[in-house]
Amino acid sequence: MLSSLGSAGGKSAKPSFVSYVTPEEIKSEKEPSRKEKHPDLLPGEVVFCSASTVLKYTQDDLSQRGVFGVLLCTNFRVSFVSDEAPTEEMVRTLFKNKLYGENDIPLSCVDNIYGDKRKLITGGLVKNKYPSKMIIHCKDLRVFQFSLSFSKEEDAKKIFQGIVHHCLEPKSLRCLFAFSYCENTSYPGSYSYCREHLRKKQTVMFDSVEDWTQDMKRTKGNCRVVSENSNFELSPKLPQYFIVPKNVSDEDLTKYQGKGLPMWCWSHHSGCALFKTASIPLVQEDNVCCRMLTAVAHNHLYSVKTEDLSDTLPTVQDILLSYNRFKQFFLIDNTTEFWMSDMKWFSSLDNCGWLDIIRQCLQKAVEVVESLEKENTNVLIMEEGGSDLCCVVSSLVQLMLDPYYRTLLGFQSLVQKEWVAGGHAFLDRSNHLHLKDKVESQSPVFLLFLECVWQLQQQHGPAFQFSETYLTVLSDSIHVPVFTTFLFNNDGHRDSLLRAESPHTQRSPLNCPTVWDWSVQFDCKAQDLFTNPLYTEKPKQDTSVRKSYRPRHLRQLSLPSSAFKTPPKKGFFKDEADNLKKILGVKRLSRWMLSPSSDSPQTSSSVREFYEAWQTKPLDYHGLLLPCLDGPSIRVWMQRYLRWIHDVQILGGGPVAMLSKVSEILGEVQELQRQLDRHGCTLTSNHKGARPRAKTAAAVIAARSSVRLSSSFPFVTSRNWSFKPAIPTSLLQSLMVTGMAGNLADREDDGGPESLV
Amino acid sequence: MARAVFSSPNAAAAANILVNFAVLHIATWSRKSQFNSALMCFRTAAASRESLKMEPLAVTLLPGEERVIDKDIMYICPFSGPVKGKVFITNYRLYFKSDPSVTLNVPLGAIGRVEKMGGASSRGENSYGLDITCKDMRNLRFALKQEGHSRRDIFDILFRYAFPLSHGLLLFAYLSQEKYEENGWSVYKPMEEFRRQGLPTDKWRITFINDNYELCDTYPTILVVPFKATEEDLRKVSTFRSRGRIPVLSWIHRENQAVICRCSQPLVGMSGKRNKDDERYLEVIREANGTAKLTIYDARPSVNAVANKATGGGYEGDDTYQNAELVFLDIHNIHVMRESLKKLKDIVYPNVEESHWLSSLESTHWLEHIKLVLSGAIQVADKISGGNSVVVHCSDGWDRTAQLTSLAMLMLDSHYRTLRGFQVLLEKEWISFGHKFASRIGHGDKNHADQDRSPIFVQFIDCVWQMTKQFPTAFEFNERLLMTILDHLFSCRFGTFLYNCESARDTNEVRSKTVSLWSLVNSDSTSYLNPFYTPESSRVLYPVASMRHLELWVTYYIRWNPRIRQQQQSPVEQRYMELLALRDEYLKKLEELQLTDSSPNSSHLSNSSASNAASPTQHINHLHTPF
Repeated sequence: MLSSLGSAGGKSAKPSFVSYVTPEEIKSEKEPSRKEKHPDLLPGEVVFCSASTVLKYTQDDLSQRGVFGVLLCTNFRVSFVSDEAPTEEMVRTLFKNKLYGENDIPLSCVDNIYGDKRKLITGGLVKNKYPSKMIIHCKDLRVFQFSLSFSKEEDAKKIFQGIVHHCLEPKSLRCLFAFSYCENTSYPGSYSYCREHLRKKQTVMFDSVEDWTQDMKRTKGNCRVVSENSNFELSPKLPQYFIVPKNVSDEDLTKYQGKGLPMWCWSHHSGCALFKTASIPLVQEDNVCCRMLTAVAHNHLYSVKTEDLSDTLPTVQDILLSYNRFKQFFLIDNTTEFWMSDMKWFSSLDNCGWLDIIRQCLQKAVEVVESLEKENTNVLIMEEGGSDLCCVVSSLVQLMLDPYYRTLLGFQSLVQKEWVAGGHAFLDRSNHLHLKDKVESQSPVFLLFLECVWQLQQQHGPAFQFSETYLTVLSDSIHVPVFTTFLFNNDGHRDSLLRAESPHTQRSPLNCPTVWDWSVQFDCKAQDLFTNPLYTEKPKQDTSVRKSYRPRHLRQLSLPSSAFKTPPKKGFFKDEADNLKKILGVKRLSRWMLSPSSDSPQTSSSVREFYEAWQTKPLDYHGLLLPCLDGPSIRVWMQRYLRWIHDVQILGGGPVAMLSKVSEILGEVQELQRQLDRHGCTLTSNHKGARPRAKTAAAVIAARSSVRLSSSFPFVTSRNWSFKPAIPTSLLQSLMVTGMAGNLADREDDGGPESLV
Repeated sequence: MARAVFSSPNAAAAANILVNFAVLHIATWSRKSQFNSALMCFRTAAASRESLKMEPLAVTLLPGEERVIDKDIMYICPFSGPVKGKVFITNYRLYFKSDPSVTLNVPLGAIGRVEKMGGASSRGENSYGLDITCKDMRNLRFALKQEGHSRRDIFDILFRYAFPLSHGLLLFAYLSQEKYEENGWSVYKPMEEFRRQGLPTDKWRITFINDNYELCDTYPTILVVPFKATEEDLRKVSTFRSRGRIPVLSWIHRENQAVICRCSQPLVGMSGKRNKDDERYLEVIREANGTAKLTIYDARPSVNAVANKATGGGYEGDDTYQNAELVFLDIHNIHVMRESLKKLKDIVYPNVEESHWLSSLESTHWLEHIKLVLSGAIQVADKISGGNSVVVHCSDGWDRTAQLTSLAMLMLDSHYRTLRGFQVLLEKEWISFGHKFASRIGHGDKNHADQDRSPIFVQFIDCVWQMTKQFPTAFEFNERLLMTILDHLFSCRFGTFLYNCESARDTNEVRSKTVSLWSLVNSDSTSYLNPFYTPESSRVLYPVASMRHLELWVTYYIRWNPRIRQQQQSPVEQRYMELLALRDEYLKKLEELQLTDSSPNSSHLSNSSASNAASPTQHINHLHTPF
């Protein structure tokens, strides 16, 4: 039950958080629950401080309602434990995260904390004061509002300062929960078992020569696996293992700590390949860049295109700025403001530029795909550092070209390959540690990638084995400081820390779960929601295809122009080399430096043609996939961004209403298949009634469909079901009338004098 | 696999929509034309001998359709450039075909404006010809040779047949000889519909006072009014309501007896006139279910309501209507809506605005208007669910009022979400209650600048589409139905949307001389069904009227653009249908297996078991899904 404060007034009431109840009243009410409460702590979790009689406002309501309870801060999370006994429905929450509940905020998931009058709290500035009201914005877009004014002053002060200290102030990596969690959990045992399991037929981790070799073989690449860095002798920033063009000399491997080394990403079936590199150092005597380009060109047909992403795509700072503006539209702590902003929603969205950044990344990826697919040239993408937008673009290119990466395990392997092994600086980009000198490097680059994937997925649903929910959960997991996947800046960093932190210093390094070990967060039933019921595996008539995982290109795009290939002139590249070097030495080019048709037309129009040519072909979900980049096609990731906003939940509707029906029927079909199979082998003995029982996701969802689902499924359950529709509170004169041509708005519907009557 | 269209069991219906699609590409042309003819034959089986086959025209004409002229012409396609071809004009359509790439098939009714472009002396390629503006979000340009008077005949003929009413000709609906199994005119029977709602009751009675359209010439003949109001009362009230459109019942809630009443504005005027009968009448409506306060929803922005006093109209003042509360819903008038859609067309046709698409979209205000209409309807539905009766009006009560009442009814009453029920809803709230289709659409009328024209009904269908998007399992009908309705809103092939009100329809004998759109729909109803439909009878549907959830109906407004992938069937639907078919197949197989199992005849058994053992595994290959 909710304790109501003051009038449970209508929505029209201006929100004001003045409380109408005196603390005495509260006390008399709440005195009995004196007992210390805390959540079920995880292994290694320690409570730092707590305060009782904290009021948590129920954010979906402006009527000053709330629940009293205990607010705690541990080394893992900020947690609110309600004084109310959990209702039955709460207990059987369907999509429960095992690590944290709906009233828990992992410390690194805290985005911003606001005090009274919505003043932003920054670490270090907190003195002896505490606000009566604290608003916490989370990185997974939840918003919590707590009132501290009913707690004892000492407690309130302590909890506030504790939360601010642990959430906002600089700390060392060792303080992250992962370390104490992993030391105190029985996990390592099961992990090593899982690890063995992973090796065999699960996510490819790309932490061994075999993984890389296998992936290169799979795509029929013809490059060289480098294992010289297995102990990070070449550079701690380089992956432990990686692949370079055959022609890269040993000497060049050791130069510049890997800068300028073209790292192999993926080979196209034609033989050309995609490489990425950290920008080549400018000052140099030898022709390293030239040699590298030559090496890449030698990979296939002596052709290479290079693209400096730093020049054509937004910087990591641009990405951060844009995202910060974008996310504000969804961090709603005031319904009135929400509806006020509704009228200007589209232009606000436009102005923050986030969707445009997504579009640019997708467009760049399509350009690269075009070069590989249509022109069969090698492509080398580069940027400073080589591990941000290079990762975005190279992963997107592979998703578009290679259906293997659209399977769940394939996708996870892709993230391992391009992002984890590829050395994306997860730690610096997320700045979990709140280090002052890392503020600049913070940027949601990986999230940007997931956004792009979501766009592809919502345009071509049946092509992906994983679901929208999977992507949303993955985006949340970035902020759960338990998984090694997102805690480090690169392989070397991970290796040194895990080794140092190991309790048994002599022996193996500390074992921590990766995010791919989904059972750490979700039980099997919940994990069923990660798969997409629309996905069908490619019919496996062609065994050769299956063996090599090679996409079958018979159905791929075959444009008339694909017949055009750069003639394998032996000296082609050599002749150009000097010229090229000159250009490179002067400045990085934002356009293709070397294209067979020397002066390429405007890329956007060429991309458009490429898309249109592809679009007129029959769509093959197991073939090449291109996104439509037109305005109406790039959209907001509704599930991720709108899931917590009560007013825009479509109760009983949303795409899940349809998908759950597909899952339902899929379950039935699978059941029938099983029966048929059984019949096949037990034809002689007639067991009519024997029905094999198997739990499928379909069955799970089907069971749920008795419960009403909403557009926020599975993140919000129907507990708060209310039949009151959300009626926009500010339907005031929309601003549109101003500036409306002439006096149209004032005119009578049916002009003419007769309307005078 | 080829595109879904051709493999789907609904191919005929798919083709039906395709008929109206402008640009068909080379690869699929031949197949499509086959479908067109197949479709025509199918539809008009009874009358097929009458149909003329024009050589070399690939499309079979409708019964009653006649060729008027054909000519070599150049179509200036905005997507693929100028294409040479032949244009055929019949008394129903403009048909263009270039061999082999582009086809246009435009009902003449969809043409809003025909203009000559360039003069005999104008220079430049393709600068001399015709410019045709269509009501369905596209423009067509044709270029002709300058020599001779080649343009004059085609212009004259097009002008004559596109605007028959301006030339003393009949609308095609009166010439059509189409025959259908179902008679769409029998879909809506007012008495039946009121009976379904549980009417009459002891508080509400049915009156025939308007039998000869004497009380109100734009209302239907059968009305439901408060039991306590006498015929005399009704007459008195009618003098105080604009155009005599008195408050009458549209819908009643079965349990709480709350009602939706619709009417026009009261004739308050500058002097603030009062009318005791009108006040008493609303009081009687309030009393009917014991509502404490009657809510009057004035669809207009309050400024407009005030401004209307100057022209004799106005709104119910608080002081005069004691137990009523007045709420303005801020929905703008027909002129604002017309301009808004015009702006929308500007940013989507021929090309979708590239830079700042979202800001451009916002500047058209189209979705904002949709939002206001929807949230108005939500408020009405919410009040009714809460047991309070409401009265809805705007100025005349035939545009915004129809939008609000019909959308609220769609939210409240699941019957209207069925294929038949939706037809009833349109027949009732829009057609019988006098939404001025003739004036708003301008059927057969050349006066394209007529200020009475406005896409109010299009906007309503858009609102319905938004609801079907938000609740994909709640509607029995699919998007195809909505598109078909909008296509024939303009086409003049059916009598359904002709004329402004019932009395005009009677005078022009629409029911006896034309075919109803519902004849077409109900003779082939499977093509208009939503496979995901899950009936939930007692459920009130509240869409979310937030810009966050409203989206542009791309498949309607941008359907002429070949870059927009026209999926005849959404992938979700396609997958669902495949699974349904698979389930049926398995069930059948299982049944067979069980039959053969129990039969002792071994020869039969070995035969079928062999074949059956092979086939399931075959299918399993196709269905290796993650589950």
